[in-house]
Amino acid sequence: MSGTMKDGRRRSPLAMIAMPLMVILWTIPTVGLLVTSFRTREEAATSGWWSSIFGGGWTLDNYRGLFENTSMGSSLVNSIVVAVPATVLPIMFAAFAAYAFTFMRFPGKDVLFIVIVAVMVVPIQVAFQPMLDLLGPRGLGINGQFVAVWLLHTGFGMPLAVYTLRNYMATLPNSVVESAKIDGASHFQTFWKLVAPMSSPAIAAFATLQFLWVWNDLLIAKLFIGGGANKTVIVDLQQMLGTQGQGAELLTAGAFLSMVIPMIVFFSLQQFLVRGMTSGAVKG
Amino acid sequence: MAVVTTTPSTSPGAAAAAPEPERRAGSPARPVRLLIGAVGMVVTAWLVCNIFLAFAYYPQWFAGSGILIGLLGLIVGIGGSVVFFYFLNLCIEGFPSRFSEGLIPYAFLLPGFSLIAILLLYPTVQTIVYSFANKDSTAWVGLENYQAIFGDAGFWSALLNNLLWILIVPILTVAFGLAVAVLADKLSATGERIAKSFIFLPMSISFVGAATIWGLIYAYNTPGSPQTGLLNAIVVALGGEPHAWYQIDTARLNSLLLMVILIWLQTGFAMVLLSSAIKGVPEDTIEAGRMDGASEGRIFWQIVFPQVRPTMLAVFITVLILVLKVFDIIYVTTNGRDSTDVIANLFFRKLFVEQQAGQASAVVVVLLILVLPILVYQVRSFRQQEANR
Repeated sequence: MSGTMKDGRRRSPLAMIAMPLMVILWTIPTVGLLVTSFRTREEAATSGWWSSIFGGGWTLDNYRGLFENTSMGSSLVNSIVVAVPATVLPIMFAAFAAYAFTFMRFPGKDVLFIVIVAVMVVPIQVAFQPMLDLLGPRGLGINGQFVAVWLLHTGFGMPLAVYTLRNYMATLPNSVVESAKIDGASHFQTFWKLVAPMSSPAIAAFATLQFLWVWNDLLIAKLFIGGGANKTVIVDLQQMLGTQGQGAELLTAGAFLSMVIPMIVFFSLQQFLVRGMTSGAVKG
Repeated sequence: MAVVTTTPSTSPGAAAAAPEPERRAGSPARPVRLLIGAVGMVVTAWLVCNIFLAFAYYPQWFAGSGILIGLLGLIVGIGGSVVFFYFLNLCIEGFPSRFSEGLIPYAFLLPGFSLIAILLLYPTVQTIVYSFANKDSTAWVGLENYQAIFGDAGFWSALLNNLLWILIVPILTVAFGLAVAVLADKLSATGERIAKSFIFLPMSISFVGAATIWGLIYAYNTPGSPQTGLLNAIVVALGGEPHAWYQIDTARLNSLLLMVILIWLQTGFAMVLLSSAIKGVPEDTIEAGRMDGASEGRIFWQIVFPQVRPTMLAVFITVLILVLKVFDIIYVTTNGRDSTDVIANLFFRKLFVEQQAGQASAVVVVLLILVLPILVYQVRSFRQQEANR
């Protein structure tokens, strides 16, 4: 295992042994879920999932049962209806604010941005009771509808969005904006024609993070949409986790189904995510 | 027209060093624009708000279809905000340029900050207020809620657990992330990419999904019957007795097992950031070490490690903030039984199961006080970073 790699670096036996082990260790739990989701209830209850890898006895019944007997199908649609607007809506507001923070000078700028940095740390639990009052029957009465969670996720995602976009915009060459200004472009035009398109990597990075966060969220979905007809997959899954006996075999299939879309989003936007995270989203 | 700003000289604004642009001729007030802009803004905001309320109040208008509502929500939301900003800009331009230059920044900040104010700042204040009120927030009770939670052994147990989570999870996440980043860096490019993808993957999995996954590992069957949980199967294969892992609170073992889930989820995140930090270490500093005959281990600890430390700290803080609010994992696995409770789960139970809004608010205030040092640290390190920009 000695020698050199194509790029001339020396091979590291330690890394070549340790990394595959780590990868296996990190992947086994998910593989267990995937395998179990293709097993019948009797088999899953009487033997470990690893025994069926070579033993066979696979079935698609769990997935069929999921769509025929549970609300998982409509919950999947609900999750998309919740997650897509909740991902896109904060971006517009945040981009304008980030532009102001990056390219304009005004009194109070420091203080206002420090507010952004500070509220990123504030636990969202503080918002629950006041927001339940405001959106619930005592207030607007929109609790349980998609609009309520769009609003909440847009607000809760705002600090991170402004922070990420502003940190990215600060790396753009200032001369671009200055020359646009000299050419007589207004801030509004500069934003639309220059800064917003140039910021697209950071926008994609935030969008990926926000989508994963909204899709995977349990608390807000549970409190502000609830377990009714509009429930999301994660709430549905949480309800299934409590069931014993009949239907328990659907849980693993449901869990896997709930992961498919975020995994696709994750893998297709991974580069943006990594670039966004390393170039500002989490810079301490 | 350049305006004299009163920005303090310490302002780190990106534009600070830029030369003043050529002065444009100041324009006078244009009342028509101002009026159209103002009216347009109000009408747009009114229209958007009402359409959104209609989604909630009259879903039957939209055939009760979630997809249609979602699509319309996207179109109205994006379109509405574009039109709103357009009118906002029009309105501001209607002012004499002397004013408009000064007003535009605030106009750009207004929508975003309104949302933050309504959804984060106002509730924070309101929650603190509620913590001094009774269980349905109808009368003042002074410090009674705090006395109630501080006198409750369950609260201290939850706090202790939070402390354990804080002490264990961020450090192990950073350590694993660093180990993976360093080792992956020594693989071939393809090997590194594949290995990192697999370890990064759990980041896309929800806490509820992760709890389901790990449920298959921690599953328990009575002794004698075949063990379907991986951990118990291994224990039995080695000649031990199977255990109901989630119920063992000796040395808080069950909490530790729950922490494993979070570490599993977050290591990929730490790895990605640390990996890019390691790759950012200038090659010549490492070369210099090699020239001096330092061992690989010494090069890592004395040259790479110090340069990666700021990133480690940033990852540590991010995971720490996450850990403080940890809720889902506990809620769906043990729901706080067998001494696994944490503050966020206690809050949930107080508010929705016991219907004690006052005490629930007091619990959140405690959580708020716990994050305060991190908040101060974040603000300070941000200012430092800006000063160095």
